[in-house]
Amino acid sequence: MAVTQTTDVPASSAPGRARMSALGSIGLGAAGLLVFLLIWQAVPTFGLVNPMMLPGPLAIPTAFRSELNSGMWLKAVTGSLSHYGIGLVVGAALGVAVGVLTGMSRVAEDLTSWVVRLLRPIPGLAWAPFAIIWFGVTPKAAVFIIAISVFWIVFFAAHGAVRGVDRDLLEVAEAFGFRSPLEKLFKIYLPAAMPGILVGLRTALGQAWMAVVAAEIFGVPGLGNRMIEASSLLATDIVVVYMLTMAALYGILDSLFLVAQNWLLRWKA
Amino acid sequence: MESVIDSVIDIRGLGLTFERDGRRTEVLRELDLAIPRGGFVAIVGASGVGKSTLLRVLIGLAKASAGNVSIATRSAARQPVALVFQDSRLLPWRRVVDNVAFGLEGSGLSKIERRARAVEALRIVGLADLAGRWPYQLSGGQRQRVSLARALAVEPEVLLMDEPFSALDAISREGLQDELTRIWQQTGKTILFVTHDIEEATYLADRVVVLAGSPGRAVMDRTIEALRPRRRDDPAEAGLVADIRRHLGQAG
Repeated sequence: MAVTQTTDVPASSAPGRARMSALGSIGLGAAGLLVFLLIWQAVPTFGLVNPMMLPGPLAIPTAFRSELNSGMWLKAVTGSLSHYGIGLVVGAALGVAVGVLTGMSRVAEDLTSWVVRLLRPIPGLAWAPFAIIWFGVTPKAAVFIIAISVFWIVFFAAHGAVRGVDRDLLEVAEAFGFRSPLEKLFKIYLPAAMPGILVGLRTALGQAWMAVVAAEIFGVPGLGNRMIEASSLLATDIVVVYMLTMAALYGILDSLFLVAQNWLLRWKA
Repeated sequence: MESVIDSVIDIRGLGLTFERDGRRTEVLRELDLAIPRGGFVAIVGASGVGKSTLLRVLIGLAKASAGNVSIATRSAARQPVALVFQDSRLLPWRRVVDNVAFGLEGSGLSKIERRARAVEALRIVGLADLAGRWPYQLSGGQRQRVSLARALAVEPEVLLMDEPFSALDAISREGLQDELTRIWQQTGKTILFVTHDIEEATYLADRVVVLAGSPGRAVMDRTIEALRPRRRDDPAEAGLVADIRRHLGQAG
């Protein structure tokens, strides 16, 4: 009896304990969030700060509904998402292309090394004056700033990942008669570098949001612009609506990206 | 005297010199070797004697500095030779069947035909059931079988094998040795098998060539008459094993 108990108990309860601890972390996370919301609400409610300066969370749903009903919310979200999407795709595509090329070719790497050293330290936002001069305060200017911010991250990720491709695998391609750069690119370099490229893309996904907000603060229509408009009218509850909107959009995009990444890298142990 | 046997690989006066960081290293000198069609030739030698380099020249991964190599192909195979590497070198992002079909991708076959050929090659090595797996899900022995299937799938005249079983545990190694003998008998492929393991060479091959010295030369070339199936500890072969060991030792 005692023997069966000692062998049974750990075997049956180990997964149970793991499930309990997973539930425990979710519970703690929810409790932490609740405490945060309570403190946040307490600050304006008890008059520690003027509610005009910091609206409590209870004020947010009403503000959200009014933005939604006026159509402003949807307009701002679609505006931001469109230049976010275009900027991200353009910057990432160029970053992958140039990164892979310089990763595969020593000549291309040497040729670009000093240009990279010169341009790399310039933050994406420092291009804002030129973006406005060239494109005016238009979505094109935002796309330009976002694309530049994304480009460098993806470029370095792709370059490093391609440089790190296992030479042994390239030999496999050669041994089976695939010797042209194009054959090696599609059969070995791109799939082998994919994990590194995806890390860069995921970082870029977050970086691009910062560029979106910054570009829109200069006046390009979208979430950031709507925030600035609201703040100039001291409609701080609306500012918070858009801050949370950004957090939610980023969260959704990052989760979708993770799903895609897990599928693309399903060959990894 | 001209040889009358039908040789599929004819190596004449092969020399190979590397130049690295301004230093010249002569790896092979004046190597003559004719591999008969359908033969199983083992090349035995210590590490660094140029065994693998010889295979690299035959597959076109390295260029000979002297002499010439001719490969007489009878079929219209796209690839007359295929190489099985020491470490399986499967492409981790491809499923087993797609790894095996890899070499067929430039062949003009349709995707369905390539898959069918790959599954057939997997059947030969006994792994058709694992066609849908990822490489990380395989054991070392299974990975090496897939690597063998990948080489067989291109239907080469000659199978070059570069110490293919040396990284495996003894049980997997012996299993694969027997499997290889069976595949050789079944397909009639010419096999050039490089190893540093004398027992492995005498167990598998019908001819053993010993490479030794620096630069490497063929110091011994012996036909093995033992009938198959063979015994691993055949006392009749003890003399041969000792002889090979002596030749390896002399040159070292």
